[in-house]
Amino acid sequence: MPSTDQRLNVHINAPAERVPSGADASASRKIMDLEDVSVYYGNYEAVRGATIPIRQNQITAMIGPSGCGKSTILRSMNRMNDLIPGARVAGTVTYHGQDIYARDVDPIQVRRNIGMVFQKPNPFPKSIYDNVAYGLRINKVKGNLDDMVEEALTDAALWDEVKNKLKTSGMSLSGGQQQRLCIARTVAVKPDVILMDEPCSALDPIATSKIEDLMYELAKTYTIVIVTHNMQQAARVSNYTAFFTAEVDSNQVRHGRLVEFNATSRLFTNPDDKRTEDYITGRFG
Amino acid sequence: MTSLAEPAAPREAVAPELGRRALSGRRRVTDLVATVLIWIAVVIAVIPIALVMYYVIVKGGRVISWEFLTARIPRQLANPGGGIGPAIVGTVLMTGVASLLSIPLGVLGAIYLNEYGKQGTLARTIRLMADVMTGVPSIVMGLFIYAAVVLSTEQSGLAGALALACLMLPVIIRSSEEMFKLVPDELRQASLALGARKWRTILTVVLPAAISGIASGALLAIARAAGETASIVLVVGLTQRVNWHLSGSNTALPVQIYRNATEPFQAATDRAWGAALTLVVIVMITTLIGRLIASRFATKERE
Amino acid sequence: MTQSFEPAGKLRLRARGFGAASDRSFSALSLGAGCLVLAILALILITTLREAWPALTYSGLTFITSSKWVPLEVNGAGPVYGALAFAYGTAVVSLIALIFAVPVSIGIALFLTELAPKRLRSTVVTIIDLLASVPSVVFGLWGIIVIGPALVKIYNPVHDAVGGVPVIGKLFGEPVSSGRGFMTAGVIVAIMIIPIITSITREVYATVPESEKHAALALGATRWEMIRGAVFPHSFGGMVGAIMLGLGRAMGETIAVALTIGAATQLTPNLFASGNTLASVIALNFGDPGVPPGRSALIACGVLLFAITIVINYGARVVVRRAEIRMRGAAA
Repeated sequence: MPSTDQRLNVHINAPAERVPSGADASASRKIMDLEDVSVYYGNYEAVRGATIPIRQNQITAMIGPSGCGKSTILRSMNRMNDLIPGARVAGTVTYHGQDIYARDVDPIQVRRNIGMVFQKPNPFPKSIYDNVAYGLRINKVKGNLDDMVEEALTDAALWDEVKNKLKTSGMSLSGGQQQRLCIARTVAVKPDVILMDEPCSALDPIATSKIEDLMYELAKTYTIVIVTHNMQQAARVSNYTAFFTAEVDSNQVRHGRLVEFNATSRLFTNPDDKRTEDYITGRFG
Repeated sequence: MTSLAEPAAPREAVAPELGRRALSGRRRVTDLVATVLIWIAVVIAVIPIALVMYYVIVKGGRVISWEFLTARIPRQLANPGGGIGPAIVGTVLMTGVASLLSIPLGVLGAIYLNEYGKQGTLARTIRLMADVMTGVPSIVMGLFIYAAVVLSTEQSGLAGALALACLMLPVIIRSSEEMFKLVPDELRQASLALGARKWRTILTVVLPAAISGIASGALLAIARAAGETASIVLVVGLTQRVNWHLSGSNTALPVQIYRNATEPFQAATDRAWGAALTLVVIVMITTLIGRLIASRFATKERE
Repeated sequence: MTQSFEPAGKLRLRARGFGAASDRSFSALSLGAGCLVLAILALILITTLREAWPALTYSGLTFITSSKWVPLEVNGAGPVYGALAFAYGTAVVSLIALIFAVPVSIGIALFLTELAPKRLRSTVVTIIDLLASVPSVVFGLWGIIVIGPALVKIYNPVHDAVGGVPVIGKLFGEPVSSGRGFMTAGVIVAIMIIPIITSITREVYATVPESEKHAALALGATRWEMIRGAVFPHSFGGMVGAIMLGLGRAMGETIAVALTIGAATQLTPNLFASGNTLASVIALNFGDPGVPPGRSALIACGVLLFAITIVINYGARVVVRRAEIRMRGAAA
């Protein structure tokens, strides 16, 4: 329910829980579960003990000041942090009940099911078509490639703008279009969950609102987790919000900590934790 | 010192001297001399290249003809006539085979350094040793192939190609690695996030993104190899006929220039200039293509 | 939209045998290619040393202490293989080359980084590239036919002028009529190493922080004072490295030297006299190496050259790298 809370001076129009048509309440069951997840870089504990449920077909936002570990947690959700030498995850991250850090789990298969959109638009220096087809080709997805590319571009609300120049380089598009191309590339392989790491931070307000509309549409089909430094954005698009902060321990070392996880409408209007309230009212961070 | 009670002398109303004259004579002269010396250095470097080019073009141009480029090498270099056909064939054959060997291996080695080894001890060692290997004199590389290959087989085009490949390998590794470094990490992550394996990411995203830079570096290495003489002289043997095979004695343009240059006869000297012009044209065209690709690559990167 | 998605099946997260193996084999393949460099360097040392061994045992210490190279039996006495004169020739030729090339290269590098208008800069860079791409045998041909005879016309008056002066006069003795000798070879090699010294020195100069140069200029320094006060102190290590790389290249240069040095085995202070270097003697005599272990002795010259150039190149790379790291530290 859209509502405005003058006291917190944050405009809330957090969508109500989205229940896909034809599905019962079980559709918003937990698809992923982070339990007591800590991420280490070598001996340094970057984030300490975060527990977050991710519900299907919902948008979950992660907010907090810079250095609070929200991106780190996001990257632990599809094992992209495997690529950072010395990075290690403690606690459990489950996906459909399976621990994605189990020994016999292949990170490639994890990423195939849990896609990611990055902060800076990063299209490949290939044509628009080849960018979208890339994931389909490497995963040997069966079917008509042209149709699947068109579908993905349509889903990413980019088809009408590029349908006449599919052979031109993806790099020739504007920043906002590039980011939607990256989203098309991700949805083309039909992942289950899409992780978005500050997808609008490099974009102007108009391009940003297009991406936000798109997220809203995509959530009908996909489960979305978005990291954002923009509180209004979290309030606008997400159903659930996790608020992180950076704390300095007794040894003067900074750690990221999850302060509060709550329904977005509640977190922004009536947070459980005093620190959340301080942050969203602009008293720190 | 003037006494404190005295008022300071009023500042002169004239503007301070800002012209070149304000600089002390010695400082001005030193600066001028340095500037002139720097200009002279540039001129000194231009003179030899201009002279070499002039002689190669004028003296070689007189000799070059279709007949000269295709005819057999005369048995007696002192006699007029004949040509350098077999040497052109040998150069193309050996440089080609050397490229086929060294480019894939060099690019793979660069992939190891930039994508796998990174800053590890082994990668750092290989990087340093590749740099050191570029400094191994080509005559030593020739001796190496002689000792390792020719002694147990024969003097052949294959031995020549191996020597050239060994000289090209470190150059290609280092230039390719520089190109891989320029590929932004975001592209690798995007591919991995789509569920691509690392080798697929490297072959389908990283390599294509760096390919024109690699091609340019490879062409410069080929150009250098084509002009390489010292190692080839020791291992390819001698022949007067075209030999398209890797086995059996072969020859190359630089070898013909060298052999003809050491003969005191006019016919041999002419042949040397003709071969030199042919070689320089081949080398320059290869270099030029390499530079063109490099500059197009550079502008694409900037966009 | 009623599109509903099957949740990923449990099995799909498991590693597929082939997939994981393909990654491992590709990384192993690339590792192998990388290690090839180490293998080749080791093989160079092993195989050449093995082939040089007969000569090294035959000559013993005289290989590096004797300047006699007699590859035949004279009156029943065996051949003599002493490489001292060649090592001396290598040192002399590369020193001459450095003396000419270093100031010119530094001048060009300064021109490119501090002096040149933009358009001229790319022209000069092209010329230096061109210089680097001319094959050494072409320089040799030009040296033997054009430059050698031309330089004699300079050597003669120089000899006449200073030949009588004690000590220095010894350096400028009677020139060889063809001009083939240490000096001509040194001049040719100098031309050939200008590009490499220039390109590295230039890179080093380019890393001098603009702020330091501006600070010097803002204090009223002339351009030359700025170069001396900001550019040189900052680039000393890199310049030393560049010169050492040039030295390594000069010592290994073979064909251009073989064509212009005159092929004589002698220890003489006369820079206008003929000589030979470790590299050129191999190229000149390999086809006709003389009585065994003649060929082995030539390979031993190569081993000696390899050892010297490896040490110099290694040192140069370490110096350049250290300078690079310091630069980056200063720039950050």
